[in-house]
Amino acid sequence: MRQFAALYDEIDSTTSTNAKVAAMVRYFGSAPRADAAWAVYFLTGRRLKRLLQYSLIHEWTMAATGIEGWLIEECYSVVGDGAETAALVLDQVLTVAENPLSLAEWVEGRVLTLRGMDPATQQARVTAWWRSLERLERFILLKLLTGEFRVGVSQTLVVRALAQSASLEPPIVAARLMGEWTPSADWFERVLSPEHTDDDRSRPYPFCLAAPFEGDVVELGDPRDWQIEWKWDGIRAQLIRRGDAIHLWSRGEELITHRFPEISAAATHLPEGTVLDGEVLAFKDGRPLPFSALQQRIGRQKQVAQMSRAVPVVFMTYDLLESGGVDIRPRPLAKRRTALESLLGAVGGGVLRPSALLHDADWGALADQRSRSRSLGVEGLMIKRRDSPYGVGRKRGDWWKWKIDPYSVDAVLIYAQPGSGKRASLLTDYTFGVWHEGALVPFAKAYSGLSNEEIAEMDKWIRRHTRERFGPVRHVEPVQVFELGFEGIAESARHKSGIAVRFPRMLRWRKDKKPEEADTLENVRRLIAPRPSGAAAQA
Amino acid sequence: MLKETAQGLYCPAGDFHIDPWEPVERALITHAHGDHARPGSAAYLCTPHTAGLLRRRLGADITLQTIDYGVPLAVGGVNVSFHPAGHVLGSAQIRIDASEGVWVVGGDYKRAPDPTCVPFEPVRCDTFITESTFGLPLYRWDDTALVLRDITSWWDANREAGRASVIFCYTLGKAQRLLAELSSVTDRPVYAHGMMLGMMDAYREAGVSLPPVKPVIEAGGRSNRATFAGELVLAPLSARGTPWMRRLGTISDAFASGLMRVRGVRRQRAYDRGFVISDHADWPALLATIAETGASRVLATHGYAEPLARHLRAQGLDSGVIRTAWEGEPGSE
Repeated sequence: MRQFAALYDEIDSTTSTNAKVAAMVRYFGSAPRADAAWAVYFLTGRRLKRLLQYSLIHEWTMAATGIEGWLIEECYSVVGDGAETAALVLDQVLTVAENPLSLAEWVEGRVLTLRGMDPATQQARVTAWWRSLERLERFILLKLLTGEFRVGVSQTLVVRALAQSASLEPPIVAARLMGEWTPSADWFERVLSPEHTDDDRSRPYPFCLAAPFEGDVVELGDPRDWQIEWKWDGIRAQLIRRGDAIHLWSRGEELITHRFPEISAAATHLPEGTVLDGEVLAFKDGRPLPFSALQQRIGRQKQVAQMSRAVPVVFMTYDLLESGGVDIRPRPLAKRRTALESLLGAVGGGVLRPSALLHDADWGALADQRSRSRSLGVEGLMIKRRDSPYGVGRKRGDWWKWKIDPYSVDAVLIYAQPGSGKRASLLTDYTFGVWHEGALVPFAKAYSGLSNEEIAEMDKWIRRHTRERFGPVRHVEPVQVFELGFEGIAESARHKSGIAVRFPRMLRWRKDKKPEEADTLENVRRLIAPRPSGAAAQA
Repeated sequence: MLKETAQGLYCPAGDFHIDPWEPVERALITHAHGDHARPGSAAYLCTPHTAGLLRRRLGADITLQTIDYGVPLAVGGVNVSFHPAGHVLGSAQIRIDASEGVWVVGGDYKRAPDPTCVPFEPVRCDTFITESTFGLPLYRWDDTALVLRDITSWWDANREAGRASVIFCYTLGKAQRLLAELSSVTDRPVYAHGMMLGMMDAYREAGVSLPPVKPVIEAGGRSNRATFAGELVLAPLSARGTPWMRRLGTISDAFASGLMRVRGVRRQRAYDRGFVISDHADWPALLATIAETGASRVLATHGYAEPLARHLRAQGLDSGVIRTAWEGEPGSE
């Protein structure tokens, strides 16, 4: 554990990616294999299922330190992180004994054994463990227990470090980290193995990601060099048919095969050794349903059959990655597309369908098409270079997403509270309201979009213009107007305003506007209804 | 006996203010940091060491009277005396003795050892005005020896990698303390930003033993960047991100402050390292000090005054909060 904590500290103490990679390479070279396996598990953002609620940690911290609950909450509002708060507050009373256990022993022999134990035994164990760990190790333990442990390093860097350790090409390592695996010494050996022992048939390929396009499309040259498609608002996924097995993987590397039985049923018609890249999309009467409809399917483990009648889905396919058991990702997109079309022409039906191509000859006509996006229920256009291979990760230049401008609304800041993590000392999490019957109704929360200078200025302003405090939340004078942008809007019974918005963020601080000039709830509601085409153009 | 006014804390019986933030007739100054010693007052009273710093900061022509630690002086209708606060050179608590009882204004103080100033002395009183910059139980300082070990191992690692190590810290107090502490564990020279040299001299004039520092300005220059590889440089926060930094070549940077106790604060400011070393009292020191004064009434000011006062009330003390004009970040000068 000490060695892993030191690695965490090294990664945490530098912004240099080279230094992070070097620290990981040193760790992988010296740590026990089983520890290294768990380290990869955590470094790549995988998490243990939450074992304990933060409220229990809070209670046990009170019991261990004798410090009042409200005072620990005050600390939390400064620290912005439950596990770190507890680790720091416990420092008031604990002296540390030696702890010889390795990371794997901690995880397998201790942390995971807590599951299903009665709370009193859990408390006795955990509070005894606290006494054997230094502050940083205690912080890591608490993060593991609450299922929130995260390290500030990207998957790409972990892959680079492993590839360096094993003298392998990064894409090989990247593929070996995909899909489901259980950390163990053997597993780690296989990841670093020089031979291609790739026998895991469920494994997806690393997803190729598009970069947002913000310039002038004309600069992309002849549109005929590009494959243009709609940008669908669903769940990016790979559909794998190898042998008899069918797997549907989300981009978050979650296995979602059983959530969408109609897709796996359709996939049985695919030839063996086929991998498709596409989008799971709620789709009815020839057009996509909003993402919120799809969310009902994601959240539902039971009554799948019933839900699939109410919210039918399709697999909108846009690429063929493996054909006849051969990895064809290096072939040009145009060739893969031809193969995809003939494959789906033969076996595709209602559920597996190719994503339509737009064939306009000039960018002006394509821009007109893009302006219809909202009325068609899509997010804009995808622009992919026809001669490009299927890359790993976000490689700029080959794949672009050209999204439509977001919806926007002018709203008034009504509540503010501290951010979390590195913004814990600043009031950066805002709640905005719009007018309804003479009062401001909360309608969206937003955290991003302001510059550091604006954040500092707002922080100062909020502290001086707080009307009331409810714990960490400050009710502020309704003065500041912000233009909020968001990607989607839908009815919601769970929100006070009756509406829910997707990906809200601040587009601009409207210092020029008075609060009474902000939008009304009625204005905002008008955005919900499926609007006649043409209206999208002005949004 | 003391009341809050628009200018700051005021003692009507003695007709003076303590650390006023606006110009007044007579100002008693606990220490020379900018949020306690403001320009423009007609007359100042402070310890001799604070006087030296004050003249550098506010001008040599200010009207100033000095008072040694522990020596009573009648001001207006009350007796005042100054007592060591252990915060920075010359820092004092101010004791006021009047018919209604004894008050002590603690100013900023710390209990951790500091080779550059006289250690804090608890003063018995009825009412204690305590700072609460770090008045939450998440704040607890490690022994300075541990922090020094972290600093030197970071410095060593940077030296091996050919980087300069830059520690940002406050110009008055922290810089001198770090320099003095470092000289006890290493013979290697330490560089300092030009803005820090004046206060270094002031400390030396006051008889504080500090090793020599090398000014960056003389050693540097575009031509020989390698000069700073492997060296340690102390710099004020205001130098961060300025062109001055360029002459140091490749660096790793750190901030030495109690604020660095919270990971998110360090990350938000994007320092590579945070060294938790503070000239303020941590939570255990605040509680211990309050107990040692024997005060039945405690007023908290700066930083986390509300939570500290609420905690003290729960312990059965009469406790409240004194406002300050300085609602900036805790721990700043």
